[in-house]
Amino acid sequence: MNETKDRSQIRVVVGMSGGVDSSVTAYLLKEQGYDVVGIFMKNWDDTDENGVCTATEDYEDVIAVCNEIGIPYYAVNFEKQYWDKVFTYFLEEYKAGRTPNPDVMCNKEIKFKAFLEHAMNLGADYLATGHYARVDRTGDTVKMLRGVDNNKDQTYFLNQLSQEQLKHVMFPIGDIEKKEVRAIAEKAGLATAKKKDSTGICFIGERNFKEFLSQYLPAQPGNMETFDGDVKGTHDGLMYYTLGQRHGLGIGGDGEPWFVLGKDLARNVLYVGQGFENDKLYSHALTAVKLSFTTDEARPQTFNCTAKFRYRQQDSPVTVEMREDGSALITFDEPQRAITPGQAVVLYDGDECIGGGTIDTVIKNGETLTYVG
Amino acid sequence: MNEIYLDHAATTPMSEHVIAAMTEAMRDVYGNASSIHGAGRTARKALDEARATLARSIGAKPNEILLTSGGTEADNTAIFGVAAARQHEGKHIITTQIEHHAVLHACAQLEKQGYDVTYLPVNEKGVVAVKDVQRALRDDTILVTIMYGNNEVGSVQPIAAIGELLQAHTATFHTDAVQAYGIVPLDVDALRVDLLSVSAHKLNGPKGIGFLYVRAGVKCVNLLYGGSQERKRRAGTENVPAAVGFAVAVDEAIAKRDEANAAYKRYRELLTTTFTNAGLNFRVNGEEGLLHVLNVTFVGTDVESFLINLDMSGVLVSSGSACTAGAIDPSHVLVAMFGSDAEELRSSIRFSFGQGLSDEIIQEAANRVVAIVQRLVK
Repeated sequence: MNETKDRSQIRVVVGMSGGVDSSVTAYLLKEQGYDVVGIFMKNWDDTDENGVCTATEDYEDVIAVCNEIGIPYYAVNFEKQYWDKVFTYFLEEYKAGRTPNPDVMCNKEIKFKAFLEHAMNLGADYLATGHYARVDRTGDTVKMLRGVDNNKDQTYFLNQLSQEQLKHVMFPIGDIEKKEVRAIAEKAGLATAKKKDSTGICFIGERNFKEFLSQYLPAQPGNMETFDGDVKGTHDGLMYYTLGQRHGLGIGGDGEPWFVLGKDLARNVLYVGQGFENDKLYSHALTAVKLSFTTDEARPQTFNCTAKFRYRQQDSPVTVEMREDGSALITFDEPQRAITPGQAVVLYDGDECIGGGTIDTVIKNGETLTYVG
Repeated sequence: MNEIYLDHAATTPMSEHVIAAMTEAMRDVYGNASSIHGAGRTARKALDEARATLARSIGAKPNEILLTSGGTEADNTAIFGVAAARQHEGKHIITTQIEHHAVLHACAQLEKQGYDVTYLPVNEKGVVAVKDVQRALRDDTILVTIMYGNNEVGSVQPIAAIGELLQAHTATFHTDAVQAYGIVPLDVDALRVDLLSVSAHKLNGPKGIGFLYVRAGVKCVNLLYGGSQERKRRAGTENVPAAVGFAVAVDEAIAKRDEANAAYKRYRELLTTTFTNAGLNFRVNGEEGLLHVLNVTFVGTDVESFLINLDMSGVLVSSGSACTAGAIDPSHVLVAMFGSDAEELRSSIRFSFGQGLSDEIIQEAANRVVAIVQRLVK
């Protein structure tokens, strides 16, 4: 009883997207007795010629859920910040021939910075989101742990969160499995219980990625070549392809399927080769920039841990060697396939996500690969 | 935390007298005003009495009052009605940049249909210049639609002077008086307007009813077709209980008008004096026009955060107009007054007054506002 009373004095702002995860997040916190406020973030305007905007539909769901739970709701517009901090970066990276991860940037700059600040300005003690991750507050420092649903774990996207940010966040559904989240929503009769999960990058949504990108970046078609210089076809623009990609190349013929092996920006050439296991796709180390750690604990200059190089990948053992300038050399115990500049490399110590950075260069046999972008 | 409702320009709570009159009408006056039997005649009588009251309130004749579902329908009827009726005489319409969206979006729709619309600017006080109207007039101008009092900043437009100017032109003159009705005396002959829109829910009447004054002889094509109600100008069974409530609300508003305006003036001073004494950096936007609307820029605040904080502390106000997905769009009125980069767009809120307030309540609201601003402005 006392605990409930205390919790009613703790204000938690929930970032609500109109999806089932954030709906259940708000519901659980309310059930636990917190002073819960739901806030919808509008980061992108996709209003079409008929005036239809997915944000409007999503906000309608937020309203329905908040009324069902019995909490106040508001909307806040971060379109400008999102454009400046996330979308501009996204385009710049593509222009540079890399494959950016806007969700990592959105968490770092918008959700857990601008939005967190907004929540704090409303007198909130915590910001909660529907991410599949856990926060461990049992020790002196706050640790970020993988979500218990291994298939859904989202620490990959949260790797840039700092100790200061983690102190103020809650991930109430990190302790449960996705199917349990759905079950809770259904049992509580929440309007979003059966809503389809959003897929892909938030501002692109269900739309065709190529078509979307072509609205912002001029596409320059060029040759698809093997490393031996054989022209195998034409590509639609280097930015549409990512390392290790198989689909959409349109190269037929005999033998093993064709894959993207690299890019030559200067010549506007896409390198292709045969075989999933193509040797050109493998590397031994990478350098990462913008290294960030979730705790402020001191760590040796060189340490061992595990790493993920893309979302939903199994961890791989690595050795991290920190450099003076905040970058790091990360050496793999086993060669890795299709390490992609621009994507995040995320570091783990057991269940704990200790931080991460952005993949900058890829190294094979001690030499930086010039063809991976 | 007790709520203090300072958003009367958005809508008002219904007066007890209105609720009583409507309850009685809903119970006893159930007939269809078009029916030829006794119940129909009872309804018709109640409707006629209400219409007479409404007409009297603006110096019009009862047959010039076209009852609508509210201000938006009144504005749309005026704009689309005149545009359709006079399309062979011309396709030019003059309005201002600070109109309500019921006017602006109707005009935008007409542009898509091939009409040419001039959106006149306003000065920093939110007032359009008569000479700008004069300059914009063309031979093919068929409609001039300019609001009486602005809903966001309270600025009052020179409607009588524009009406005077238009005596020398054939254009039909419409004014959206939704925000001004009940606050300032309105006389359609003194103003020389042909069409005038009002709504009941802004003056403690029911939602869902308003009227368009249509001067006898003015050409205006119907929006709705069906039965012969409203002298065949607006089909649909008359909402008699709402009309009865509307009339009671109007009588009450007019009876209390001077007293209410005196109170609004005190409230404005109470708020601004409290803000000054607390050392807040603020500016009042717009001229002192409609006294019940007070638009204030609090330098250094962010409106989204500010409004939520105010709501959490029980002070219910608004800013601009809610747009897509509940987020706040910069106010088009403030853009017209200050430009699209002005800090006013991010830092302004509207207090609006009505019945049921007191100096004590306003003082309490002022104190809560001060506490929040001092917390938010570092």
